[in-house]
Amino acid sequence: MGIIGAPIARVDGRAKVTGRARYAAEAAVPGAVHAVLVQSTIAAGVVLAVETAAAEGMPGVLAILTPQNAPRLADVRPQAQLVPNPTLQDATVAYNGQTIAVVVAETLQQAEAAAAHVRARYRADEAITEMGDDLADAYVPKNFRNGMRKPDSARGDADAAFNAAPVQISATYTTPVEHHNPMEPHATIARWDGDRLTVWTATQYVSGARATLARLLGIDAGNVRVICPFTGGGFGCKGTTWPPAVLAAMAARSVNRPVKLVLDRRQMYTSNGFRPRTLQKLRLGATPDGQIVSLRHDGFTQMSLGDFGEFAEPVGLASEMLYAVPNAAVTHRLVAVNQGLPTYMRAPGEASGSFALESAIDEMAAALNMDPLDLRLRNYAESDPHENRPFSSKALRECYRAGAEAFGWAQRPLAPRCLRDGDVLVGWGMATALYPINRSAAQATLRMGADGRVFVRSGTQEIGGGTYTTMAQVTAEALGVPVGQVTAQLGDSAWPHAPVSGGSQTSASVLNAVVAAADALRARLAALAGLDARQVQLAAGTLVGPDGTRLRIDVLLARHGLDTIEATAESVPGDEKQRFSLHSFGAHFVEVQVDPAIGRIRIARHVGAFDTGRVLNARTARSQAIGGIIYGYGMALLEKTEVDAETGRYVNANLSDYLVPVNADVPDIVTIFVEKPDRNANPLGVKGLGELPTVGVAAAVANAVYHATGRRVRDLPIRVEDVLA
Amino acid sequence: MATFALTRRALIAGAALVIAIPRLRAPRAAPAATPAAATPAPSLISLQINGHERRLAVEPRTTLLDALREQLDLTGTKKGCDRGACGACTVHVDGRRVNACLTLAMRVQGRAITTIEGLAQGDDLHPVQAAFIRHDAFQCGYCTPGQIMSAAAFLAEGHDADPATIREWMSGNICRCGAYPHIVDAVRDVAISRAANGAG
Repeated sequence: MGIIGAPIARVDGRAKVTGRARYAAEAAVPGAVHAVLVQSTIAAGVVLAVETAAAEGMPGVLAILTPQNAPRLADVRPQAQLVPNPTLQDATVAYNGQTIAVVVAETLQQAEAAAAHVRARYRADEAITEMGDDLADAYVPKNFRNGMRKPDSARGDADAAFNAAPVQISATYTTPVEHHNPMEPHATIARWDGDRLTVWTATQYVSGARATLARLLGIDAGNVRVICPFTGGGFGCKGTTWPPAVLAAMAARSVNRPVKLVLDRRQMYTSNGFRPRTLQKLRLGATPDGQIVSLRHDGFTQMSLGDFGEFAEPVGLASEMLYAVPNAAVTHRLVAVNQGLPTYMRAPGEASGSFALESAIDEMAAALNMDPLDLRLRNYAESDPHENRPFSSKALRECYRAGAEAFGWAQRPLAPRCLRDGDVLVGWGMATALYPINRSAAQATLRMGADGRVFVRSGTQEIGGGTYTTMAQVTAEALGVPVGQVTAQLGDSAWPHAPVSGGSQTSASVLNAVVAAADALRARLAALAGLDARQVQLAAGTLVGPDGTRLRIDVLLARHGLDTIEATAESVPGDEKQRFSLHSFGAHFVEVQVDPAIGRIRIARHVGAFDTGRVLNARTARSQAIGGIIYGYGMALLEKTEVDAETGRYVNANLSDYLVPVNADVPDIVTIFVEKPDRNANPLGVKGLGELPTVGVAAAVANAVYHATGRRVRDLPIRVEDVLA
Repeated sequence: MATFALTRRALIAGAALVIAIPRLRAPRAAPAATPAAATPAPSLISLQINGHERRLAVEPRTTLLDALREQLDLTGTKKGCDRGACGACTVHVDGRRVNACLTLAMRVQGRAITTIEGLAQGDDLHPVQAAFIRHDAFQCGYCTPGQIMSAAAFLAEGHDADPATIREWMSGNICRCGAYPHIVDAVRDVAISRAANGAG
């Protein structure tokens, strides 16, 4: 194993354990004042007036922005990846919790106190507060996957094949609104210096924040700088630049002071998206020996009635290609309600879609009296049946095998309610994980000094995946220097462009750019030495020529009067998407223990096996895998944002009532990486890891609960009342 | 701690009551809501933080968390929920773990406050800090100072350090990245090496 792949400790670890890592709200910006949001208390209607007099008279208050007085933005048309509203541009209210005012005061306490005394008068209209079972008004997404995919697809004749199939499964699965809840609330500090805007903001996309702010504020992107050295978790809700960041910049311009705007936890439920509620109808038809001949997946997902843009949760894409089914039909529909705009949340589409698909497969296995793993292997897709293309690589069979062996799956009794530990029912369940391999254009700069120190820079983000560390590792290996000599820098829009830290694409995008920059740097060094770039290597501070002669780089630089040498390169996707179906894969094996007397469900054991291509750092990769699995536990057993049907207000918008997994909820987790570098996907052979491990967890848990209790739970999260005796 | 929480909530509720009585649609000429009554003037206090005396002016409603982050530039203590539910703001007051968001700054004068910035001895990391790095017991790092402060107190409190006990006692600190198994490994590692060294 070289430096790439080695379980190197995080290079930013010391900063994170000592409290020195500074997140957006913690930038030292002298003179910053505080902004606090005021949000609507009705779900639909119009703000007739925002009563600010009482608040304006309170100590320290500098300004209150309302729909009446807020600065007008330059361009508020919704676009892909751009959520321009609500930014106080009009008085319409489309959901409960929509921002209707911003209070700016000298201190945080003053701003919070004043915000509590802002009142609004409304004309309340009738609201549709929840997506229920009535799907009459469902509609086809207008811009599904930004126009890159069709909302409906079909091959063969799914309905005819279903009707003719001897064994049929037809079931409806529902998943609730869930909120990302990164531990760092969204935060922005905005400072104007004349026409130039500097923004420290909690984001998964510094370049995207720059573009959005420039567009909405009507200024040149070159006059906007976005800084974010550490992001305290995002999981999708910091991928898009949401209105609070824009409001902070507007407020800073209004009071002519730097403004800090930090959402409180309650506002984290109403200000930056969520995973939408889904209702999914699955129909499977099979022959008695387990050949699935028909698959139909009709997905209905929640959208907003507000004019904020469109987000369609792609719940059915996995169903299109996971199994070698000859007749398949998939549809996506939206149901608009008076809630905010949903957004990407860890494995958007795959996480909720796989709950339905992989539960239905388990139901079919039970109907066939067949082992669920055997049924999956019986219908294994050797190539992508939807795109009619080979996979760039697919080691799912190896994941099944390795995971099953580590778990002891072969000992599983076929029938439910067969395993017990005293009064506790024990069940074993499994499910498949998959996620697309994404990659976008990215740039990186490398600078090497005569002292051997190397700086690697890219305008990417560190959201917890370990990007500082993997950037340093890839640089060290490519330039033949120790990791300790490399300093990675990121989180600044002034640096070479990198894409959003979303879609599990950071390694495939940014690190391939680092490799390209290393190639460019080696070529520059070779040119200085008068050698052919293709024939030289870098090792231990030397340039190694084709005949093995070594030339010290410091000597070479000095000969040319240089202190440092630098190279920037861009790495862009090739034609791999046209040639291959690009996916990572995995398998979850779970043991649950259910106490039917009190309805307690505990996850007792978990084995996750993943085909994620090349592993860049064995230590941080395991962290991502267990973290993704635990995110899935929340989805399976705990998380649901409860909506009050009358008011459309979230009633559990806090971390006491919206339950997320804590340490006591989590068992020992075994992770296995079936490591096969995928050079068809990209030069480094990485497939992406941030989202894959979450996919399939909810289904694996539900399948295990079925195996323990004989009860099939089709509505997440699985709760006490679902399993009580 | 329960006392602090009650005090703060009562104070906030009281303030809201004072304001709510006058009709808010009153004409602007009468901001007689006398909100000033709800916002007593700041007073100068002195806090003992990480072995140093820090003087600052705070309002009675200012929490220790906001005093640390907004007034003293000690941003290692994190605000996750501001309601005592997530543990990101955990600090030590006289050696006990406390949620700084539920603690009024004025109430901890004269007490020894330790934050994440004061845990290491110079460049020498506290054993829990070193173990967190070794075991990769974090990802984004935002909950990490609170986890480490809780873990350090847990170990000092002398509990058994078997995995089940660690999980239970560390469950007041939410890690949304899901580093929990590695947090257990890190805490257990320090406990075992302390036991081996006879440090208890």
